[in-house]
This record gives sequence, structure tokens and C-alpha cells, in this order.
Amino acid sequence: MLPHGDDEEKWLAEGIAGIQHNAFYMHRALDSNDLKDALRYSVQMLSELRTSLLSPHKYYELYMRAFDELRKMEMFFREETARGTISVIELYELVQHAGNILPRLYLLCTVGSVYIKSKEAPAKDVLKDLVEMCRGIQHPVRGLFLRSYLCQISRDKLPDIGSEYEGDADTVNHAIEFVIQNFTEMNKLWVRMQHQGPTREKDKREKERSQLRDLVGKNLHVLSQIEGVDLDIYKETVLPRVLEQVVNCKDELAQHYLMDCIIQVFPDEYHLQTLETLLGAFPQLQPTVDIKTVLSQLMDRLSNYAASSIEVLPEFLQVEAFSKLSNAIGKVIEAQVDMPVVGAITLYVSLLTFTLRVHPDRLDYVDQVLGACVKKFSGRAKLEDSRATKQIVALLSAPLEKYNDIGTALKLPNYPRVMDHLDNGTNKVMAVVIIQSIMKNTTCISTADKVEALFELIKGLIRDMDETQDDEIDEEDFKEEQNSVARLIHMLHNDDPEEMLKIICTVRKHIILGGPKRLPFTVPPLVFSALKLVRHLQGQDGDVIGEEISATPKKIFQILHQTIEALLSVPSPELALRLYLQCAEAANDCDLEPVAYEFFTQAFILYEEEVADSKAQVTAIHLIIGTLQRMNVFGVENRDTLTHKATGYSAKLLKKPDQCRAVYACSHLFWVDEQDGIKDGERVLLCLKRALRIANAAQQMANVTRGSSGPVILFIEILNKYLYFFEKGNPQVTSSVLQGLIELIKTEMQTDGSSDPSADAFFASTLRYIQFQKQKGGAMGEKYDPIKI
Amino acid sequence: MDLSPSRPPSERVLFEVSSVSAIAPIGSFRLLLPFQMVLVLAIGDLHIPHRAPDLPAKFKSMLVPGKIQHILCTGNLCIKEVHDYLKSLCPDLHITRGEYDEDARYPENKTLTIGQFKLGLCHGHQIIPWGDLDSLAMLQRQLDVDILVTGHTHQFKAYKHEAGVVINPGSATGAYSSITYDVNPSFVLMDIDGLRVVVYVYELIDGEVKVDKIDFKKTANTQSAH
Repeated sequence: MLPHGDDEEKWLAEGIAGIQHNAFYMHRALDSNDLKDALRYSVQMLSELRTSLLSPHKYYELYMRAFDELRKMEMFFREETARGTISVIELYELVQHAGNILPRLYLLCTVGSVYIKSKEAPAKDVLKDLVEMCRGIQHPVRGLFLRSYLCQISRDKLPDIGSEYEGDADTVNHAIEFVIQNFTEMNKLWVRMQHQGPTREKDKREKERSQLRDLVGKNLHVLSQIEGVDLDIYKETVLPRVLEQVVNCKDELAQHYLMDCIIQVFPDEYHLQTLETLLGAFPQLQPTVDIKTVLSQLMDRLSNYAASSIEVLPEFLQVEAFSKLSNAIGKVIEAQVDMPVVGAITLYVSLLTFTLRVHPDRLDYVDQVLGACVKKFSGRAKLEDSRATKQIVALLSAPLEKYNDIGTALKLPNYPRVMDHLDNGTNKVMAVVIIQSIMKNTTCISTADKVEALFELIKGLIRDMDETQDDEIDEEDFKEEQNSVARLIHMLHNDDPEEMLKIICTVRKHIILGGPKRLPFTVPPLVFSALKLVRHLQGQDGDVIGEEISATPKKIFQILHQTIEALLSVPSPELALRLYLQCAEAANDCDLEPVAYEFFTQAFILYEEEVADSKAQVTAIHLIIGTLQRMNVFGVENRDTLTHKATGYSAKLLKKPDQCRAVYACSHLFWVDEQDGIKDGERVLLCLKRALRIANAAQQMANVTRGSSGPVILFIEILNKYLYFFEKGNPQVTSSVLQGLIELIKTEMQTDGSSDPSADAFFASTLRYIQFQKQKGGAMGEKYDPIKI
Repeated sequence: MDLSPSRPPSERVLFEVSSVSAIAPIGSFRLLLPFQMVLVLAIGDLHIPHRAPDLPAKFKSMLVPGKIQHILCTGNLCIKEVHDYLKSLCPDLHITRGEYDEDARYPENKTLTIGQFKLGLCHGHQIIPWGDLDSLAMLQRQLDVDILVTGHTHQFKAYKHEAGVVINPGSATGAYSSITYDVNPSFVLMDIDGLRVVVYVYELIDGEVKVDKIDFKKTANTQSAH
């Protein structure tokens, strides 16, 4: 029968009461130096520990109370023997008369402690006697606590090197022998616990056992504290003996705990020097033991040890730590066929961390670990275990974090192979991690080969891997991913035009496969990257005649043309139009008239055929006029064709005010300050007059439809344009024309019932400007003088 | 730096330049200058991710939340991430639309009043010829503002002229431009205090941040007719 909560509390309370009761009389006996009564009550007190009703947790409470009382007994024994009332040998005999074995052994251990302290017998003999006698208790819980008591009282009395109890030569071996024996016995008791009681309560027992594990582990801790355990002894005696016990006990819980314990309590340098022995134990453990955690723990410790000081690194090389660990992992994975993939990957992550710390210069090791992973995955297409994929991401991220340079990862042949085993979603996550690493470290990818390798790694972002997935992708996430690809394109750069052209072609080759959803994100950065190259080449043109060169502006413009054309399938006409105009201006700067004309033609075709939205048309026409105004490469004929088109489209915009503004903007196409040939005052005036007519029409329309006068503001805008050309010296714009326009606006504003404050302000500031110019004196003042306001 | 040619003094002159071009490393200024004043960040033409991967790291470390009261962004951010970044620096964010902005809701132009100043904002691709001072002056008259902030040319400019000040903060990422060659990343910080505005220009030249300072004063006797 195993106790239940309430009953157990009751039994514990009774046990404590029993201890307190007997302790009371024991204290009285101690006070009156009554050895006989003291022994009698202490035996009765200790009898409470004979209970089998308590769980280990509760038993521990009881034990601690008895333990405190035993310290008092020990003190008493020491005083008695010191006073000579009784010799320690007699006392050692006397306590063995106690009728019950458990109290007898507790008392014997207590006297044993005094015995060793008295040095009347060698410590090794007393300890040997005690550890043998304790075999008398075979009940697991009682035995474990008794031996734990023995361990506790003896730990400062071991015949260790440098200890006051050190005897003749070799005594440290006795100390070690004693601790190992106690450890062995305790472990046996602990393992046996598992096999007692009904199987249905196995889980509960496991839990209870787990609570007791530190009692067993304490021995290993004591072992690690023994001065005499140097590397040789550890290697020759301690480790083999302990491992023997661990392997032979064939108990999952014990093996896991004890292996972990060994790794934790003994120094890292010992582990390094005994790696072979230690690792040799792993494949012998029960198949259910969670080896990966323990092994990872070991590798993490060794990694930290390696990181702690540069001086220890040669040791790692000397013992060939990497290949030993790598082999051990291989064997464990082979032996434990049921180990889930995540377990194996966790091991590889630890091994990778280890090699990155210990052998940062050995890229081949990194690739070897990745290769081992690939081998493990062989036969499976994609990983589905989310924990496993998480570990893979950790595995692939580790070299990036270590080297802060994607170039390193690009050199690892197994890197993309591992990525291939990720599901599409995780593959993308990893690709984003790679891009982020590049951005964070502002790594420049400077050759077409590296760019090719990089695009192979991030191909999950570059094109659709699996069409069925398309609908599930969150639009925001998609945008973010594609924007990160766009940012990345700016990191692919080489100052050498030939190599840069290769890079551009490589990027183009990949992104063109991206499909209509990705192109609007990836085409613009590529276009601007290419335009930068054009500008770079611009100054050098002509200097390299005779050499075989492919990187010429002409060639790049061809690529640009084809690249932008891809946007038409999206369709993304507004973006394409803008990019064509950028190219046209770049071609202008390279003095390539036919190329510039072709780009302009493309822009116009898009405008005519694809840009339907009236607002988009307004912006597009302004961009066309603005760009055309800056072009100086065109001969008269080409220029006439294009300006004619531009003015024509301006006058065909949907809304009258938009028409009016676009038309007066066109006036700048015929009067360019920087170009002497283009100062056609007449055509400027034609534009402005046309704008006036449109403004009039807009006004009339407003009168009809809304019964109010229309936008006076258009007239003021046109007035300002007149002023512009007046100042520029256009002979067609005279002061009398200006005067007429000012009067017209004044009249309009007076008749306008509902005044428009912004128009009022605009007109006022325009008049103020005229006034300012009049007062300025000089040529400008004279010019303005005839105008009356 | 373009400043308007000297003109005869006149009471119509709203601004006068009192000091020009004090180059100092950024460390000596910091972003938050002493005392209580209104700091306005003018920034634009970032073209992320079309023409640049991100803001220069040096600018990012200088632009910290909570120091700036208003942001005037001329446009061409171009994506939401950049919008969110600017918003994180200062919630009072004013943006006009550049021709590459994905967000179609930004207005073509915008006016606002800060202290004694009326400010106008416009990207500038609508104003032809691009970057032309006389044409920008017309927009300034139209919007009836003391300070007009525009972009598009990617070249930092601060003009003083008879009707006020025209500022172009340049491109904060130093983005490629068909108009300007060799663009240095730049932005402008305006410190508005009463009738005075000090314009700090932060420019990244060969990896170093250079700061120029230009002082403008608005003469009290001439208020523009609002």
C-alpha cells in the first residue's frame, strides 16, 4: 500500500512527534551525561526512520529532523571519549548492541565519525567497515538515506592527499574506493526501487526516484572534490569504474542522470582528455536514454571551455576532439534508429556550435556537419516536424552569425542542400535570415558567381516553388519578403564594369522568373542598379577603343529595355512608364539619340494604351513633360514629334483644370534656358493662350453646372507663367499682355460672389511680387515699370 | 550651397541670412539642441527599396524618437515600412506624394503652420522645369507660405528670395537621380523659434556626417496676408 496525501501527512506528523518525544528524553540524558539513556532514546528516536509509509519527499523531512539530533549525539560522543569516560573503540562496540539494525547503523556511522576524528584507527579501515556494514539495509529508501548519511559524515574525513587523515602511501585510493563503493551500492538501491511495487504505479515511482537522484549524485560530487583524483587516476580508475556502474545498471533514468552528472561535476579538461572513454559509453546506454541532451550538454560545455581561453585550444586539436565527437554522434544516431529527426539535428547544432568555437578556421568541418545532416535527411523530401525545422534554421544561422559574412556560407557546398530539405515556408524564412545577415553586415556580394550561389540559396523568395501554396500567402508578408529582395539587389556590386554587368545579367536571369507578382518589386532596383552602371561608364566612353568590352551603355540599355518590358505582362504600366523615362534621360546623358527616342516612344505607347486612370494620367503627363523638357539630345524633327505628342495629350486630359495646367507646363518645352536653340517665344505664347482658353472653358462650365464662377485660380497661375516668360525675355510676352491679364483677374474676382480665400492670397502675393520687382530698380525694375497694379 | 544673389534691402524682404555654413561634426550638435524649441525634420526621396537598401546607418543612429516635433516628408518613401519608420520617429508626420509612392493617399501638396511660420510641402515633380527656382517661387506664392519644402532633384538646396525660403532636403539615402549626379545623402532639420528659423543640413560625405547651419529671420513688420 502506498500512502495518499492526507494519510501521509498524518504519518509524517506521527513520525516527527516520535522523534521529538524521544529527542526530549535524549537531550535530558545528554545533559546529565547518562550514556545509557542517551543511547536508549536515540535508538527509539531513530526507529521512526524505519517507516515504509512515507514517500521519499516526506521521508526526507523526517530524516532531516533525525539528522539534526544525531549531530548532538556526535558531539556528546566526542566529549565523552575526550573525557575518558569511555574509549571510542568501546563505544563503537557498544552501539552495535542496539536491537534494530537501522538505528544501530545510524549510531555506528555517528560513532565512526568520532572514531576517525580520534585517529585511533586509520580512516580507511573505519570507512571500509562502515560501507560494508551498511549493506545490512536493503530497503531502497531507507538504505539510500542511510548511505547518504554515511556520505555526509565522511566527506570531510576521507584519507585524501593533504588531508589530516591521509595515512601511508596509496590511501587516496582507499578514499576513492570508499566513495565509489558507496556510490555503487546507492545506485543499485536506487535502480531497484523501480522494480518494487505494482507496475501500474510505475510512473509515480519514477517521479519519486527522480526526487532521490541527488542523493546518488552527491557521491560523484564528493569524488570530484577529492584532491587526489588527478587526471591519471580519473582516467585509469574513477571514470571507468563509474561508467561501468552506469552502463551495467541498464536503467534509463539512472543512466541519463548519471551521465549528465559526470559531465557537470568533473572539470572540462578531464572530459577533453577522456573523450574517447566517455563517448564510448554512449552507444552502450539503453536505447531510450535521451542521449542527445546529454551529448549536447557535453558539447556546449566544451564549446564554452574552448571559448574561455585561447590557451586551451591546442588541447582540442591534440585530442582531435572534433572527429571524436563527430564519430560519436554518428554512432549514436546509427544505434538509436528511433531517434526523431529533431534529436539528430539538435546534436548537429551542438556539434556545429562546437566547431565554430573551437575551429573557426575549419570551414570543411562546418560543411562536414551540414553534410552529415543532409545524409540523415536522405530519402525524405521535406521536413514536416516544426521543431526539427526550427533546429535547421538554427543550424543554418549559426555560421552566418559566426562569420558575419554570407560569402562563407556561399562556399559551403552542403549549405543549399540542407536548405532544400526545408519546407517552402521555412525555406523562405531562412532566405530572409540570409538577406538580413547581408543587410546587417552591409556585406557586398561582388562577383557574378557568388550572386548565382546566393540566388540559389534564396530561390524560395525569387520564384514560386509550389503553385498550390499561392493563395495561403499573406499579402503583407509577401510584400515584406519581396522588398527585402529589392534591398538585397543593391548589395550586389562590383566597381569593375565588366563584372558588374555580369552581376546584372545574373540577377536579371533569376528575377525574370519571378512572375507578375514579384516583378514590380524586383525590376526597379535592377533598373536603377543598371542605370548606375551606365552613369559609371558614361565618363569613360571612348577611352577604351580597341579593347574587347561588353559593358557599354548601349548594351546595358538593351538589357534595360528587355527588363522593363517584362513589367508589361504584370501589367504595371505606370511603373514601366516611369522607368522608361529614367532610361530616356540616361540615354540622353550618353548622347544616344535613337535609344532615348525609343525609350520615349515606349513611354508614349504606354501612356496611350495602358494608363487609363485620369489621376494617373495627370502624373504621367507631368513626368513626360518634365523629362522631355530636360532632353537635349534630340534633333529638331524628333523633338517636334515628341513635344507635339506631349502637348496633344495634355490638352486631352479629362478635367479642364488638369488640361490647363498640363498645357501651360508644356510651354517650357519651347523655351529652355540652358539650350540656346530652344527659345520659341511664339509657341510658348500659343501654349499659354491655349491654357487661357481652357481656363475660360472651365469657368463657363462651372457657370452652367454650378451657377457660380469657376476656378479663378487657374488665371492667376497662368498670370504667373506669363510673368515667368516676361522675365525670361520672351518678346511675345509684353507688359500690356500682362496688364490685360491682371485686369481680367481683378474683374473675375469682383464678379465672383463666393470669394476663394486661397485665390485671394495667391493673387495678393503675385501682385506683391510684381510690386517687389518694380521697386527693385535696374533692368528688371524698368521692365516692370509699365505695369500698373 | 545656393543662396540667392544679394538683393537691395527692402521691407518686402521677409528673411535675412545672418550666418552661413558653420561646419561642425554631428557630435557637437546632437539632435536635440538645448532649450525648448520646435524641431522640424524635412526629409524625402528615400526611394527605398528601388534605389537604396535603407537609410544610412549613421543617419538612423542620429534620428531617434521623441526629439522631433514635426516631420515634413516630400515623398518617394516609397514603401509602408519607411512610412512606419518615420511615424516611429514622430507621430506628427506630413507627407506629399512622390511619383513612386505606393500609397496613393498622400496629397499632391500640403500647408501647415508651425509657430509664426506657414510652411508648404510638395514633392516637386509637378513643377516644371524641375528644381527651377522661379517656378518653385510661383508655387510658394500660390500656397502663400513662408517656407516651401520640395524634393525630386535629390540635391540639397536652401534659397532665400523675396517671398521667403525654399528648401530641398535632398535625398536621405543619396538615391540615384537622373537630375543630379553624385548624390550625397542629406536631410534638413529646422529649428523654429519665434521669428527665427535655423536650418541645419546634415550631409553624409565619404562616410562622415557634415553639418551646415543657415540662419533665417522673418521680419516682424511684414506678415503675409493670410
